[in-house]
Amino acid sequence: MRCPPGSELRDAVWAALGTVLDPELDEPITELDFVESCTVSEHAATGAAEVVATVVLRLPTFFCAPNFSFLMVADAFDAVAAVPGVTRAEVTLADHHASAEINGGVAAQAGFVGSFGEEAGAELDELREQFLRKAALAGQDRVARPLVDAGAGPDELAALTLGSVPPSPELNRLRERRAAIGMAHGDDAPLLVQADGSRVTAAQVPLHLRRARLQRIGIETNGEYCKSLLKTRYAGAGV
Amino acid sequence: MYEKDGEKYFIVDSHIHYWDASRENWKPGAEEYAKGWIDCFYGYHQLGPPETHWDYEKYLKVTPEDFERDIFTEGHVDHAIFQSTYLKEWYTTGFNTAAKNAEMLEKFGDRLIVNGRFDPRDGEAGMAELEADAERYNLKGVKLYTAEWNNGSRGWKLTDPESYRFLERCQELGIKNVHVHKGPTIWPLNKDAFDVADVDQTATDFTDLNFIVEHVGLPRIEDFCFMAVQEPNVYAGLSVVIGGLMHARPKFFAKVIGELMFWVGEDKMLYGGDYNIWVPKWQVEGFVDWQMPDDEAFTDYAKLTTETKKKILGLNAARLYDIPVPAELQLATTAGEDLQPGEELVKDVAGAQA
Repeated sequence: MRCPPGSELRDAVWAALGTVLDPELDEPITELDFVESCTVSEHAATGAAEVVATVVLRLPTFFCAPNFSFLMVADAFDAVAAVPGVTRAEVTLADHHASAEINGGVAAQAGFVGSFGEEAGAELDELREQFLRKAALAGQDRVARPLVDAGAGPDELAALTLGSVPPSPELNRLRERRAAIGMAHGDDAPLLVQADGSRVTAAQVPLHLRRARLQRIGIETNGEYCKSLLKTRYAGAGV
Repeated sequence: MYEKDGEKYFIVDSHIHYWDASRENWKPGAEEYAKGWIDCFYGYHQLGPPETHWDYEKYLKVTPEDFERDIFTEGHVDHAIFQSTYLKEWYTTGFNTAAKNAEMLEKFGDRLIVNGRFDPRDGEAGMAELEADAERYNLKGVKLYTAEWNNGSRGWKLTDPESYRFLERCQELGIKNVHVHKGPTIWPLNKDAFDVADVDQTATDFTDLNFIVEHVGLPRIEDFCFMAVQEPNVYAGLSVVIGGLMHARPKFFAKVIGELMFWVGEDKMLYGGDYNIWVPKWQVEGFVDWQMPDDEAFTDYAKLTTETKKKILGLNAARLYDIPVPAELQLATTAGEDLQPGEELVKDVAGAQA
């Protein structure tokens, strides 16, 4: 669902939501149709002191994992609160088994541990990084696959750097994911790398690409389930 | 048995339920969870072909007559294996207990296998229950749902010391098949609940047990495959893969089957229809008719032979559960044998071409 157009501020809030990823699916919550509603208080037009952006998120099932769910709500809160002109952000998750803990915790800026107490274990940085690493592996398939299809062999593929492959949105996405986990993402960084960042040798290329493709299929299949279930759960919704 | 184009398929459905999600069974105070659970399943149900959809009320609880028709009369199933999912925190008598499944044994005892379960957090009482179930149902398998809520705990891991005590007891009791299903809540909540690393470690430590990872580790197919290629006693349970993707997302179904054929292999894949999420009829018929697409994108995936389908649809599971298969329907499969891991894959020298 798109924020009703009408003001620059609403568009800015929507754009901010577009920077929030589902960490598991590696896609923006706006494209996944996870934004149920997004409104900016009318005070915006009248120049009132307080401008409230209210966002309600929704997920494919009542039992979507609470940790990823929390990350999306908290990230959406941070993104919306940072939009110039918004003085207060209200971001909540609807129809979820942990709505109360998540919504209360995010509103109070309590963090994951503050929201779930002892159950939480720790904050979610490690979890987020784990999934960024998966995205960075899947991204290698996204960038390399067209070259493989065009006939590139293991020697050629092993020698490729990020600067030597054609520009594409997938390449930008791969650079962003690598940057987020502190992995080399400049033009001279190899395209195909092991988990520790070392270059994949020509002999390792076939199996490495198998792994990267499997990782991509894993994430994308998960995404297909989520989209199907969301559509079923909110029958009549956009998508 | 299912026959098509002169070929006969011995069907073992390795994953079926017989649940009671009726409103009367929603535990007072936990209704929202009971409803949330079955609603989630009902979402999956609707990923099947429209003509197979049931209305919600029927979905909550089927009758014995429905069961017989869906599984045996129309479903082509020769043998089926009941998996349980207790969820007694949400459903008064349990969502789907072994006892509930066993109601069907009186009439179809020669064609149904009731699997047990355990929850290591239940301690001695749980151990006694496992032992009693093993004797009562002659258990050869258990289904473990690690995300089950239990007295304030949101889950457990196979590698927990108490869990190992139960697994050791399973070995002594002759239970050799361990079906594992991951769920969304595992303590501590900051970890990935769907991580299969504990299955990996446990499979290494219990080489006499077979570990069937249900739903092929969904939503972590990649972690599952990376593990399965290294652990010869790990199997892929296809429940939810066929039901959830074959109709709704055929291209992804093809990719997933292609990857499983490569990483896991046709001798270690087990059909499961996941009744009563879906009925088996369309899944069995559809899978027999199914073939890897000819499109460019699928060229380095193996085509499925008739033998492959026969193994996946029944012969592999029959081996794991010692189900007698008529001689004319039998084929050689390495399911259940002691194998070395796929070294050619692990050592980075695969024949697979980029």
